Amino acid sequence: MIRYALGRLTSLIISLLVASLVIFAVIEVIPGDPAAFMLGVNARPDTIAALRAEMGLDQSIITRYFDWVTGLLQGDFGQSWTYKTPVAELISDRIWVSLPLAIYALILSALIAFPAGIFAASRRGGPGDITIMGATQLGVAIPNFWFAMILVLIFAINLRWFSAGGFPGWGDPLQALKALTLPAIALALPQAAILARVMRSSLLDMLGEDFIRTARAKGLTRRQALWRHAVRNALIPVLTIIGLQFSFLLAGGIIIEQVFFLPGLGRLIFQSISARDLIVVESVVMLLVFTVIVVNFTVDLAYAAVDPRLRAKA
Amino acid sequence: MSILSINNLSLRIGAVDILHDVDLSMQHGEIVAITGESGSGKSITALSVMGLLPRGAVAEGQIMLDGADVLQTSEPDLCQMRGNTMGMVFQEPMTALNPVQTIGAQVAETILIHEDTTRAEAHARAAEMLERVGLKVAPTRYPHELSGGQRQRVVIGMAIALRPKLLIADEPTTALDVTTQARILDLLQGLVREFDMGLLLITHDLAVVADVADRIVVMQKGRVVEAGQTQDLLANMQHPYTKALFAASSHQVELPEQIAAAPLLWVDQVARDYPLPRKAVFGPRPTFRALHDISFSIGHGERVGLVGESGCGKSTLTRAILGLEDVQEGRISLDGAPVFAGKQPNLAVRRKMQVVFQDPYSSFNPRHRVDRLITEPFHLLDEPPVGLARDAAIAKALQDVGLSPGDAGKYIHEFSGGQRQRIAIARALIIEPELIIFDEAVSALDVSVRAQVLDLIADLCRKRPLAYLFISHDLSVIRSVTDRVMVMQAGRIVEQGKTEHVFTTPQHPYTRDLIAAAPQLPELPHALDPV
Repeated sequence: MIRYALGRLTSLIISLLVASLVIFAVIEVIPGDPAAFMLGVNARPDTIAALRAEMGLDQSIITRYFDWVTGLLQGDFGQSWTYKTPVAELISDRIWVSLPLAIYALILSALIAFPAGIFAASRRGGPGDITIMGATQLGVAIPNFWFAMILVLIFAINLRWFSAGGFPGWGDPLQALKALTLPAIALALPQAAILARVMRSSLLDMLGEDFIRTARAKGLTRRQALWRHAVRNALIPVLTIIGLQFSFLLAGGIIIEQVFFLPGLGRLIFQSISARDLIVVESVVMLLVFTVIVVNFTVDLAYAAVDPRLRAKA
Repeated sequence: MSILSINNLSLRIGAVDILHDVDLSMQHGEIVAITGESGSGKSITALSVMGLLPRGAVAEGQIMLDGADVLQTSEPDLCQMRGNTMGMVFQEPMTALNPVQTIGAQVAETILIHEDTTRAEAHARAAEMLERVGLKVAPTRYPHELSGGQRQRVVIGMAIALRPKLLIADEPTTALDVTTQARILDLLQGLVREFDMGLLLITHDLAVVADVADRIVVMQKGRVVEAGQTQDLLANMQHPYTKALFAASSHQVELPEQIAAAPLLWVDQVARDYPLPRKAVFGPRPTFRALHDISFSIGHGERVGLVGESGCGKSTLTRAILGLEDVQEGRISLDGAPVFAGKQPNLAVRRKMQVVFQDPYSSFNPRHRVDRLITEPFHLLDEPPVGLARDAAIAKALQDVGLSPGDAGKYIHEFSGGQRQRIAIARALIIEPELIIFDEAVSALDVSVRAQVLDLIADLCRKRPLAYLFISHDLSVIRSVTDRVMVMQAGRIVEQGKTEHVFTTPQHPYTRDLIAAAPQLPELPHALDPV
């Protein structure tokens, strides 16, 4: 198990290194002169020169990359060109919206998907299964921003249970959670639909396995065989999907953040791209990549916790 | 009093009749074997007794077990009976256990769901039971750490943990090697005696049946065609199907005399290593040597057998001979040319060699018609026949294997298992190779179909000198269709020689074990009708 974890950790570090090289290359090297790019075509040469000096572009590429990475490791993400504040500050303000939102949405989607998938699989072909599969079909098809607007219409405008947007900060955790609830639901439902389908088909595969028949021959009821033997085995493909979904929930919330006026990472990256603030873009992208890789590392560890065969393999 | 009596059991699934008026009864301490070919209804009879019928199955009649009619018992009561009054062991030990639970926990589960006992107590009893079934590993191990034979012991331990009155074993040794099979059969016989339970053994292997059963029930197409005490039934078979079944099981083919000829395939001191996972993250990769110092040759027109248990390196050797993988030491050459030529296949060598695999179902692309399937080897030729010549080649290949030229336009799902294996042989023969490798080519076939395919192979040998390497774990088949045999153990050839000679006077202890472990059909008192 420890060897397995070390192996995954090595691959995590290598992935991060490669990702940082690629991001640096795409943003700072390939465009030619980042300073000229950031200032646009009509910029005066002396302004460009000033920005070049500020960004340290007169140094060699290797030094710049090295400075950037050591900066990241120390939490120094550089200074935003448009906001004139440290990028680290910009990110830390927003990550406290985006990260809780992503986790909230993920928990909601698992809470909906697991029972729905298990229920559908245990009643394969029955009315319950058909209803749930039909609902997931809809859930996958409906765009989440449209769904978000419907939520706002019903729960914020008509019923007035929630506010239609904005984020009050974490001063009052209950109020903060309340503000994140509608966006989390909007994000979670399509994901839950996908997850429920994966859970169902994975469970059905497991229910066809020989060891389920063995369990039934021991005297377990259909239900006991499902819960004790099928569910844990069925979790492996489900974990893969959860890992993929988390990265989407973290970065892919841009539209939902717009709908609900949430000051999250998605909006930050959107605004930075519009303003050609490469320094912010670079750091936020690196941060997202880092999160995704760490989440996948966690998923790998979760596989091993579920499946003893993986623990044995180095 | 009988523990199980099945009266007039009929069963259908949808509109298809599966069982007709099946009658069967058995006593305490008795071993009753149900035998027959695939589709005869053996397994579904067993599942009916367990009350584990597939969805949509409708059963009529009576299955009296321990005073209750299984067909009239409610599902909750059936759950009480399963594992308690009756236990079941299945064919495939590799998949019969839950991969994410320890073996001890899986045996203890049988006890825990039926008895009001503590977890610790159940685990202690499970450990005892695992010891009783002859398992010498800790109960904390996971199934993937065990061999097939060990896993089958776990499944047996699970089924008998509560000392059921009836144990049903559905092909319990079919997936196992002969020596393991002998040990598992011993174990089952011992348990029957010790627990005084009834054993309902379902198997297609008549040699096993004759060896262990007290009584035999022969089924064909959902009907019991003959039943009786083993000795009586063997001595005095009545039904033509029973006779045909036994005749096919002991079927011997007539091979034409082998002509002494120049060597065709040379295998010279071959070793094959597989890389293993690294021990440390950046450490060197350890290797596993699957083949050690393998040397032999096959002459033109020579028929050579290769026997050995699973994992001994038979498949590795096949891949090396076919030139699919390189070897780390030694050389393999066919007609003087090396079989492995790096990334570019050496067509000149490949076209002299073809292979027929075990599974006739999965070795064909289901979306292609037979003509396309059997002409696949044409890509090895410099100038493959086209137009009428191609049609003629297809027709001849199909006729050679006993099919009609009209079958060329059909899809593979339209054929039975035996016919598919004929098509596989037609595909191998169509470019008239010098050497054919039969890799467990008849192992998945029913006995009567197997006999026909073996006859076909002998027939082809008569038409033209055919050299082949026949790989099988089935000693009786090897004995019948080969001139020379090699015995392989743990990656080494431990014995080779004339087939008859090796079988009658085996030299190596391993060969002796193999021959002793293989169940034998008794000499039948009178000549049996041909199939």
